Amino acid sequence: MNMILPTASISATPNGTTRPQVRIVIVGHVDHGKSTLVGRLLHETGSLPDGKLEMLKAVSARRGMPFEWSFLLDALQTERDQGITIDTTQIRFRTRSRDVVLIDAPGHAEFLRNMITGASQADGAVLIIDALEGVRSQTRRHGYLLHLLGVKQVAVVVNKMDRVDFSADRFKEISDEISAHLIGLGVTPTAVVPISARDGDGVAEHTPRIGWYKGPTVVEALDALEPAPPLAELPLRLPVQAIYKFDDRRIVAGRIESGSLKAGDEIVIMPTGKIAKIKTVESWPVTPVHAPQGAGRSVGITLDRELFLERGDVIGHSGQSPRDTRRIRARIFWLHDKPLTKGEQILIRLGTRESRATVVAIEKAIDPGALSNEENTAIARNHVGEIDISLAQPVATDPYTDNPRTGRLVIEVNGRIAGGGLVLSVDAGRPAVPIDIVPVESALRPDERSARYHHNGAVVWLTGLPGSGKSTLARALERRLFGNGGSPILLDGDTFRAGLNSDLGFSPQDRAENIRRLAEVATHLARNGHIAIVAAVSPSTADRAAARRIADSAFREIYVATPAEVCETRDPKGHYAKARSGGLPSFTGITNDYQPPTGNELTIDTSNRSVSDATDEIERMLATTGILFDELTDLAANI
Amino acid sequence: MHLLDNESAAAGTRSAALRNASSVPGIPANQAPPTMDHLDELEAQSIYILREAFARLKKLALLWSLGKDSNVMIWLARKAFFGRVPFPALHVDTGKKFPEMYAFRDRFGKEWDLDLRVEPCPPIDSVDPTLPPAARSAARKTEGLKLALNKYGFDGLIAGIRRDEEATRAKERVFSPRGLEGEWDVRDQPPEFWDHFNASPPQGAHLRIHPILHWTEADIWAYTKREGIPIIPLYLAKDGKRYRSLGDQDITNPVASSASSIDEILDELENTKIPERAGRALDHETEDAFERLRVAGYL
Repeated sequence: MNMILPTASISATPNGTTRPQVRIVIVGHVDHGKSTLVGRLLHETGSLPDGKLEMLKAVSARRGMPFEWSFLLDALQTERDQGITIDTTQIRFRTRSRDVVLIDAPGHAEFLRNMITGASQADGAVLIIDALEGVRSQTRRHGYLLHLLGVKQVAVVVNKMDRVDFSADRFKEISDEISAHLIGLGVTPTAVVPISARDGDGVAEHTPRIGWYKGPTVVEALDALEPAPPLAELPLRLPVQAIYKFDDRRIVAGRIESGSLKAGDEIVIMPTGKIAKIKTVESWPVTPVHAPQGAGRSVGITLDRELFLERGDVIGHSGQSPRDTRRIRARIFWLHDKPLTKGEQILIRLGTRESRATVVAIEKAIDPGALSNEENTAIARNHVGEIDISLAQPVATDPYTDNPRTGRLVIEVNGRIAGGGLVLSVDAGRPAVPIDIVPVESALRPDERSARYHHNGAVVWLTGLPGSGKSTLARALERRLFGNGGSPILLDGDTFRAGLNSDLGFSPQDRAENIRRLAEVATHLARNGHIAIVAAVSPSTADRAAARRIADSAFREIYVATPAEVCETRDPKGHYAKARSGGLPSFTGITNDYQPPTGNELTIDTSNRSVSDATDEIERMLATTGILFDELTDLAANI
Repeated sequence: MHLLDNESAAAGTRSAALRNASSVPGIPANQAPPTMDHLDELEAQSIYILREAFARLKKLALLWSLGKDSNVMIWLARKAFFGRVPFPALHVDTGKKFPEMYAFRDRFGKEWDLDLRVEPCPPIDSVDPTLPPAARSAARKTEGLKLALNKYGFDGLIAGIRRDEEATRAKERVFSPRGLEGEWDVRDQPPEFWDHFNASPPQGAHLRIHPILHWTEADIWAYTKREGIPIIPLYLAKDGKRYRSLGDQDITNPVASSASSIDEILDELENTKIPERAGRALDHETEDAFERLRVAGYL
């Protein structure tokens, strides 16, 4: 048989693959000349296939259109017809010292998802600006997105200098404006280059028409961009892709995102915190391998013990493991038609982990293309923002400042990627469980309990002055829910102070700890399907915010806003009288240290309404916010 | 030309050498990991993609066209899954391939222990006769692919296309959704970044997965050489001609070349400005012939 089987060789290949390869995206406002610049670069560097230029000139003539350099890149018929790039394309050429992959990204706002797809693969970027039009909305938006995508090297090109008579003043004006914008985002431009892409000035050669400019040409600026280095120096992060049992080996497969590993290493598997040792590093056709494996490698390892781990877990070294959390603050860009709002159910992908999640808060929402940063309450398509996310299950992650690879996430809506962003911080509300502590999960699933109780778990938090009616309302609500077949449990602040919290006083620290314990207990009950009704003065906004973080999306805050003078008249426990006589030095109510809530779900003033009327209103709120439901169909929607 | 008659001899030689090298006692405990070269990076990325496809789709198949690219892809799958390809290799057979290609398929389908599924294309008479000849052949292959999809119900097809081959392929996603009829909606491709892929095809539709999209023709050859992957000899020059790309016999032409080894092919690619698919009639019938075919579901 005549098959050819070349001898294996590990020597450097002769085709230049030992040259550094750098991936560069060209971004900027629509029609500022991205595709023209790319076409011109290919021409100037002798990178066009034979006959391509002639073919395109002939096609242009046949179609009765003047020849455009952009035709080289705009491969789709619709792109050539409309004269705008729709989707990202990639093309290769060489500079003196590099193999360059040029990624031409569309500048039209409608195709921002394609710009992001292209730019996310880049080591560096060229941001192009029309000298006549100057900095426009997509210029600013693309600049902002480069920052969010982690592209740190940006060269700015001011194009169409022929349209402004090669004016050095106009160039400086634009250069100053864009530099200020980029530096504000933490990105310092590596160069600002004046050019005319159509005529070739400043692309590969300096021309007398821009004789006043002494900086690099575009080709020289590209030559100075470096490939992104692998993250070898950071702690080990190996997100688990799968566990394979094709034969007697049980291989844990994944790609090393940072750091390195080798057989014999002691590892910790997050978020569970289990420990093991790497027995072997498996490969094919040669196995096992003994050399350490570094960032960027796709590997398979076996462990020295049988333990449960799954896709989505992250392997690190003991003492340097990622955080485990259910709560994340992220800075994101949003690409979906429907704006992202508070309370929305989304799917989060972090490494290889997927988790259902709820948007607990939208902290910021701005249009990065606009000059003024007008804030909104929802994040619209092509806008950016900061959000708090509560995850349905614990995940292992790092803030992106600690690890740019494991500190980023994408958001999926209806099975399609709808946004993405950086992990700014990881909530420490639920600290990593020490290795020796193995929490035991309930034998029942939340939906089994929901089906019996006709409600989801919740923490109903009643806050207000002493005597405002919290305990009365709590007891009435407890009776009402129980009467309907539910499972309410009353957690009264004073009752807890008599037992679990009897070691605590009334200093700010002790009050914070008192609230934390109440919130932890209530959250445990809520996770197990009960409605925990907490009646506690809880005067501090910060302490109640901590309670909301612990309970996450189960938290329902009710401000019992009975006026202070009515509370004092009631004085059911005699505290006001005692405080007035100096017997209760830090009694909230006469010291004016109560901080009323603002983002609460419900406010009730009990001075002018009946208990049953107020209880009705609480029930309605619990129904509209997804805690109570009557029908089985509602149940299906809630699980 | 260096010819060996079986793969295991080559692999055996190499593995013995590497085993010896790596089992030398006294490797320092905190030795730095070896740096990755360009081919290592390409390989690691492709393995990551293949494993993601296997983890996220229910019923995968790998399209094996018998050419250099899909052979590299099978090699990468064996690396990703430690020696075995855990899904079927599907050959949509036009019946018009070169005899050398069929011989290659029959031999390596067995040697690589592939779950090989050969599916025929419908007769040419059933395909729109107004199409130009090469496009009509391609349309027939697309029909064959649809028949195979319906027969097995695959929700993911792994295909060995590359961005540098052809301009519309340059715009592809790694995970590329297809419509119910296998069509490609180029105007509404989903965003894809940071190696997170859209892997939820609607009921009845499928995904194309492109694990070597980021490779070039030269990368394929350099990797084929480094790994000792077998190839069909038609790629090497004979009487001043060789095939740069292999398709159906009647619509594929050899190019002028004196490259009779992989090293010589790599030298040739270093200097050529002739596109890889120059010998494929399909790409040259009309200005947008290839785009229209791909939108309709061609590879």
